[in-house]
Amino acid sequence: MDPAPGMGGASAPLSSLELPAEARDWFAMLKPRVITLVVFTGIVGLLLAPGPLHPVLALAAVLCIAVGAGAAGTINMWYDRDIDAIMRRTAKRPIPSGRIRAGEALGFGVTLGVASVLIMGLATNAVASGLLALSILFYVFVYTVWLKRRTPQNIVIGGAAGAFPPVIGWAAVTGTVDVMPLLMFAIVFFWTPPHFWALSLYASEDYERAGVPMLPVISGARATRLQVVYYTVALVLVSLLPWVLGYAGPIYGVSALGLGAWFLIASLRVLWDRQDPAGVSLTRDAPARWAFRVSLIYLFALFTALALDHLLSVPYLG
Amino acid sequence: MDDFPPPLSPAEAMELRRRQRGKNIALLVVLIGLAALFYAIAMVRFKVS
Repeated sequence: MDPAPGMGGASAPLSSLELPAEARDWFAMLKPRVITLVVFTGIVGLLLAPGPLHPVLALAAVLCIAVGAGAAGTINMWYDRDIDAIMRRTAKRPIPSGRIRAGEALGFGVTLGVASVLIMGLATNAVASGLLALSILFYVFVYTVWLKRRTPQNIVIGGAAGAFPPVIGWAAVTGTVDVMPLLMFAIVFFWTPPHFWALSLYASEDYERAGVPMLPVISGARATRLQVVYYTVALVLVSLLPWVLGYAGPIYGVSALGLGAWFLIASLRVLWDRQDPAGVSLTRDAPARWAFRVSLIYLFALFTALALDHLLSVPYLG
Repeated sequence: MDDFPPPLSPAEAMELRRRQRGKNIALLVVLIGLAALFYAIAMVRFKVS
């Protein structure tokens, strides 16, 4: 994906992992950075769900969420290999650089996707398995094939794909979908646009060259900065709902307020970035780069607060 | 008949064998992992039910 909606940036350089070069390429196809965030939110969904789940089955569920996300990322890289070759940020990926053949990548992705859905069904239940399948299909067909090259709203709608993991985690335990997982879904959904638009502000030349209609390419940097602020305000409001509705306690509430204020300040710095009359940044988009990093920390910290709030079980009025 | 690719040099052949061996080992690890996972899931589900 370029950035895959729903979670995080380009695939990781794996210099820290001592894997042979070829294995490293296959691993990179899975977009490990994206998986990190997907797995994390999925685990929080598992933790918050009422009822027990045997640790082995929980581990299998987490593995399936990770592999399913990797499968979607791999199929996305297969489909986007033409534009990946054009964009500087993605040109060194295994397919455009010729280290992995396109057909092999597609086979790898489809195999992993099917296996993850089947094993999820065996380990947990049909609801979790169905949601995992839906998230993979949504990412591949709705975001990658349909929206990404057609509309600047690509990551708004496509972002839903990255919002599924906490719902899948919850469903793995309960076999149902409730209000709380839908709130977690909404948080990730509203987090995605400011996260990716911050990135696209400083990568817009790449997107323009590849013909991807990201918001800065179509509507300009100034309109994009405004949208970043709008969506961050919406995100902060949505992030408070679990507390307001009594599904989370004060640890989460205070964290959501503090983190939300931090993200909002980062977004306002993007809006107030020094720019020329055409809206082009005079600071090489330093505030957008900062906001992108803040957005990543924000989501990790918010979900950590949600998990801590639940685990510490501080009494609250709900 | 000259559609055949040129024969591999000894170094290329050795590299090819090395890569094939690597793939085989990776596949073996994946298969053992899958078998272990299926076994663990089956055991837990039997116990739970």
